[in-house]
Amino acid sequence: MKWSNIKYLVLRRIVQLGLLFLYFMGNAYGWKILTGDLSASMLFQKVPLADPFAVLQIFATGAIVGVNVLIGAAVIALFYGIIGGRAFCSWVCPVNMVTDLAAWLRRKLLIDRIERKVWISRNVRYYMIVLALIVSAVTGLAAFEVLSPITILNRGVIFGFGAGIGLLLAIFLFDLFAVKNGWCGHVCPLGGVHALIGSYNLFRVKHNSENCTLCMKCKTVCPEVEVLGMIGKRSEFVAGRECTNCGRCVDVCDDDALGFQLRNFLETNTGGKQ
Amino acid sequence: MDTKAKKTQISSRRRFFTDLAYATGLGIMGGLLWTGYTEKAKSSPLTLRPPAALAEPDFLKTCIKCGLCAEACVNRPSNIDRDTGRPRPGTLKMAKAQDDVTIGTPFFKPREVPCYMCDDIPCVTACPTGALDVAKVTNPKTGELDYTMMEMGLAVVDSNSCIAFWGLQCDACYRACPLMDKAIRLEYDKNERTGKHAFLKPVVDMNHCTGCGLCEKACVTEKPAIFVLPREIALGKPGAHYVKGWDKKDQQRVQERVGKDVTTHDVRSAKKPEDYLNKGVEY
Repeated sequence: MKWSNIKYLVLRRIVQLGLLFLYFMGNAYGWKILTGDLSASMLFQKVPLADPFAVLQIFATGAIVGVNVLIGAAVIALFYGIIGGRAFCSWVCPVNMVTDLAAWLRRKLLIDRIERKVWISRNVRYYMIVLALIVSAVTGLAAFEVLSPITILNRGVIFGFGAGIGLLLAIFLFDLFAVKNGWCGHVCPLGGVHALIGSYNLFRVKHNSENCTLCMKCKTVCPEVEVLGMIGKRSEFVAGRECTNCGRCVDVCDDDALGFQLRNFLETNTGGKQ
Repeated sequence: MDTKAKKTQISSRRRFFTDLAYATGLGIMGGLLWTGYTEKAKSSPLTLRPPAALAEPDFLKTCIKCGLCAEACVNRPSNIDRDTGRPRPGTLKMAKAQDDVTIGTPFFKPREVPCYMCDDIPCVTACPTGALDVAKVTNPKTGELDYTMMEMGLAVVDSNSCIAFWGLQCDACYRACPLMDKAIRLEYDKNERTGKHAFLKPVVDMNHCTGCGLCEKACVTEKPAIFVLPREIALGKPGAHYVKGWDKKDQQRVQERVGKDVTTHDVRSAKKPEDYLNKGVEY
């Protein structure tokens, strides 16, 4: 296996596991690099970070929150809005490792070849955002935060696992047997929020259709396959907001037809939806 | 052939309304399930929260479940075990799914690890959302943190199982109390059974008890005879119309109430007293 075929995959796993490690050490050994969890944290005891969706749900309950968490949510939103795009989902979120494993097993066990009977719209995640905010307002409790597998897995690593880990297994089985990329690519409202935040970021994959041999390896591995509509047709940026910038397509491409580039909004051909 | 033709002949107008009904129906279904689960998830009335927590409904709204309080608690310098050089288990824990506490929120169980009421209250100052409100433990006169202002709960004595109430000598809770002689004092009483011994009964003062739970931790009985309950559970409420005639403040309160309606209005009060007194008793 060539390094160029696993580069971004390995980098992503290092970032994901590295962040979990820092969070874990922050609790277990009092390291002051990254404390808290993915809902809200402190970087070097100085920079507050917070999950914008969690803060939005808290707003929906009618609560007034401290300024630290507002700054934190703004920092995160700006970082992904300008640089990362939807990179949270593939570079940070620990559930990504669970669902990637399910997607990999689907391919290896040829489950993908069996006719799919369960169909879910990829827009469910956006309805889930609205629903989460309504339920938060009705119940007075941030609704997604009490069942989010992301925070359950994240807290499990930091503070010890509980019975909530069953939910992760459920999502794994859902992705493996029910819907391909079911959770991350269809249902997860946090993914939807990050898709919206990162719609106009700078770093994106660019396709060069002149090099493309139509091997379709990229479409096999892509968890958001709708964003790769231009493959073999047009040389343009992968501009769909659902692209997680995971770089798997860049990894598997042997023809140098895909690569990360700085998106230039001044050029006319930025890959915007036509 | 016939059915297939029917299937394809749906007008775009019809399709729009069907899709609308489909999305609305599924949305309501999901919303109801989700609301039910969330309502259930927030009902944890016997939970002891960290110091300076907002009232439970506001706390649940505001807490973002980041665990910074629990980390500040376990990693405070005073928590280092002198023998091992490692931190002891922290007071605050983050609720897991099986804990009977809203998942991801901080709480503590005094019998396992009580709150040691640190001077610098690191858990409260670590909170980024204000779910732990620094103002609640700040002395308004000096502007400094004051751990005696904490109100995590209230210690309650079960006089049936407290062996001091039997006449045995035990003052474990009294000596463990960080606010000794204020939050817990010993009430002396004559033991009529023996005729020559004394009872030393622990009595909790709700004005001083912070609910730290050091008494519950120290209690010698198999299941603690003194234990901390949330103040909303442990305390009753006499109602505004009962007045302490000997208390100047309470008298003042009544005077300030003048002008407000203090009469009870219910089904029975709508009638004259003789009407219901002559009606007999209904079971």
